[in-house]
Amino acid sequence: MRPFTYERPTSLAEAFRILEAHGAAASILAGGTDLIIRLRDGTVRPEVVVDLKAIKERDDGLHERDGRLVIGGWAVMTDIAADARVRRDFTALAEAAQVVGSAQIRNRATLAGNICNASPAADTAPALLVYGAEVVATGSGGTRRVPIDDFFVGPGRTALGAGEIVTSIELPLPPGRRGGVHLRRTRRRGHDLASVTLACAVMDDGRARLAYGSVGPRPLLVTDESGVLADSTAPAEARDRLLDRLLGAASPSPKSMRASPAYRLAMLRVLALRAADIAARRVAGGAAA
Amino acid sequence: MTATVPIRCTVNGRPRELVVVAHHTLLDALRDDLGLTGTKECCLVGECGACTVILNGRSVDSCLVLAAEADGGTILTVEGLAVDGRLSALQQAFLDTGAAQCGFCIPGQLLAAHALLALTPHPDRAEVEEGLAGNLCRCAGYEQIIEAVLRAADEPAGGARAVEQPMVRQTTSDPAATPDASVAPQ
Repeated sequence: MRPFTYERPTSLAEAFRILEAHGAAASILAGGTDLIIRLRDGTVRPEVVVDLKAIKERDDGLHERDGRLVIGGWAVMTDIAADARVRRDFTALAEAAQVVGSAQIRNRATLAGNICNASPAADTAPALLVYGAEVVATGSGGTRRVPIDDFFVGPGRTALGAGEIVTSIELPLPPGRRGGVHLRRTRRRGHDLASVTLACAVMDDGRARLAYGSVGPRPLLVTDESGVLADSTAPAEARDRLLDRLLGAASPSPKSMRASPAYRLAMLRVLALRAADIAARRVAGGAAA
Repeated sequence: MTATVPIRCTVNGRPRELVVVAHHTLLDALRDDLGLTGTKECCLVGECGACTVILNGRSVDSCLVLAAEADGGTILTVEGLAVDGRLSALQQAFLDTGAAQCGFCIPGQLLAAHALLALTPHPDRAEVEEGLAGNLCRCAGYEQIIEAVLRAADEPAGGARAVEQPMVRQTTSDPAATPDASVAPQ
């Protein structure tokens, strides 16, 4: 690894001072499961690594507040996947967090880090999109909320400003009964990056939200107000036409080694229908969200 | 000049004070500064699990943790599993089932299994597979490894006994700690 210095600020104010002093030469360290790989392969070459884990305002828990589930910016995947409220009200997010990396990775990796790295294949991104998450970004100038759909810009690029830190991610509690699911396609069972990663949420009136990643530069959100996507008894041609529209923006990279564009597009259709059917069954069962 | 960071941590029950290089990982510090070479260096991207150790009660890939992040932490490595020259029940089960072939992945497998049993004393096969999904074995000794973990968990007092020594303690002073009291064996 190329040498760098290590800073461990104990307050947000101190962190902002360090980040401002070093600008683009500073890298933020949360869980480190992506950053340390990039430090080692040289794709990130900071002069200073700023470890956020000693900050006194650090929130690594999950709380309900004002009709929202607030996921602290320091919460790790293990805790998000195990949280009873996430499993009940945001099932797709619990399922997505549960398949990120391995147990070892999930014990370190934060949800905030996952979205800040903005990998097109980030498994938690589709779930956050279907649940209408808001990213709470804090900088020396104050705090602002960014809808998750505006947060993702491109591969590795987000709407986060220089010197801003994601201090929490907030999810509005479900307005009614809802079924949700996360599905993905990987090369091997167990620990792998997704060739297609997808989440679907269906309301009890049949409206559906579908989001998919790893098939273009950023994860995409689409909605179906007609109820056809979530209706397994709808004519196959109607669902096919709907999928043509919903999945039309997918543009998998031909350069990725994980899967060919044709394979990804074929699996995207399969997973979209499968997810809609599972989510619809779950809302009918009334058990999960 | 190379930046360094002074750290204090507890490794296998023993308090340590170290001055680590800022860009070195916990894996580097364990192997090169402390001479604990049971923890293996392999893929260095968090895919193989050979470098697995337990930090503050949770399994981590020590190649993806900076040594400086371990400041204030409690670390358990494979060298800390046996007590008074007696193998842990988990280690004994690995031996009894022939789980170790070339042996290179075994320290990581043991620590991942140790963390699994601390959380889930009686895992089913699927839970063992998931708990060890981050640990690759090039000899493909997976069947024996899974059998060993299930056998250790089947002991009269269950997996909790298999990992009863040494205790994995939480520290409150560790900024890198992710508290989870349920990890400490009862």
